[in-house]
Amino acid sequence: MATETEFPKWEVFTQIKPGANYIHAGMIHATDKEMALQNARDTYTRRGEGTSIWVVPSHAIVASNPDDKEMFFDPANDKIYRLPTFYVMPEGAKAI
Amino acid sequence: MELKEDINIQNVAMSIFDRKMEMDEPIEPKDHMPDGYRKHLIRQMSQHAHSEVIGMQPEGNWITRAPSLRAKQILLAKIQDECGHGLYLYSATETLGISRAEMIAQLHSGKAKYSNIFNYPALNWADVGAIGWLVDGAAIVNQVSLQRTSYGPYSRAMVRICKEESFHQRQGYEIMTKMMRGTKEQREMAQDAMNRWWWPSLMMFGPHDSDSPHTGDAFKWKIKRQSNDELRAKFIDKTVQQAEVIGLTVPDKELRWNEEKKHYDHGPINWAEFYKVIAGFGPCNNQRMEHHKKIHAEGAWVREAAEAHRAKHQRQ
Repeated sequence: MATETEFPKWEVFTQIKPGANYIHAGMIHATDKEMALQNARDTYTRRGEGTSIWVVPSHAIVASNPDDKEMFFDPANDKIYRLPTFYVMPEGAKAI
Repeated sequence: MELKEDINIQNVAMSIFDRKMEMDEPIEPKDHMPDGYRKHLIRQMSQHAHSEVIGMQPEGNWITRAPSLRAKQILLAKIQDECGHGLYLYSATETLGISRAEMIAQLHSGKAKYSNIFNYPALNWADVGAIGWLVDGAAIVNQVSLQRTSYGPYSRAMVRICKEESFHQRQGYEIMTKMMRGTKEQREMAQDAMNRWWWPSLMMFGPHDSDSPHTGDAFKWKIKRQSNDELRAKFIDKTVQQAEVIGLTVPDKELRWNEEKKHYDHGPINWAEFYKVIAGFGPCNNQRMEHHKKIHAEGAWVREAAEAHRAKHQRQ
């Protein structure tokens, strides 16, 4: 069998209900935007799991490298003043 | 010098993999992983994907002959799900660095397998019931366990599939129930389908733990969490009760509840038949593969047209 070319890959993100974050659902193959949306709908929302879909060419996704995890994410650990629990509130203060 | 450094980097990367294994953290596509882990996953996941796709054939045969519009709609939806499940699994396998075209080529060359069960024919409407109830039932037991598999994309595909699959088993059991409440001929058809599908369904879990060639690595890498025999026992235990409720007889004279083990004991499985079907001599092996190749070849013009359409619009 001759080796076949494949349709380009697209990553699919679905919004489960209005106002919710878009969450990665998976990947599909399609030649253009329109086909990508249709294939994403047929593949990932057969039970009304989506109110809206994003499709993004897979090659356009830039992912962080797992090897850089410490360097990339650790600096936040010494900035605990970014969290509300860092602050001591006077006794008796309400609704804060 | 350079070589030594490479080896060091390799060692550090592998220790990250081992640590993740130990902590039960999922492995993601960009993580370092041993070659054997990647190969094992590609083999297992592509086989799983192919099974979903080939599994559409025995049932697809019955769409035009479904006994009512309701039954037809349900069967169509179920088969569409199987196709979707194949696509989830192909996508997840592609994250390991194999292309979909390569996977299809491996299926066509016989290098990649699909589940043996789909090499058996669906002879009549009762078989559609038996497939949903027993075959999907067995698949669910396996897939529920695989939701906790160590490779993230595989695990996520399993979660999605399990959510959708329970309707498949219920629709099959409903068909069997209806037939068992029907005429004498219908009850006989249901029992006949049960007799033919019971043993191949038990074989779906693979060889006994004592003769299973891939089990060691699969456990070490947490790809598999429960053994073939454990999963098979789980399936038997819940299915026997369901059979009793609708008056079907499990075709195994040695089937007995073992109070000590809290599982059923069952008679010997015909492994000679299992290996014969794997080797390509089941009732429908040729038919299934020829059909897949034929449809793939006949669809070539659609793929070419889509490519041509894109090329035309890119030029404009």
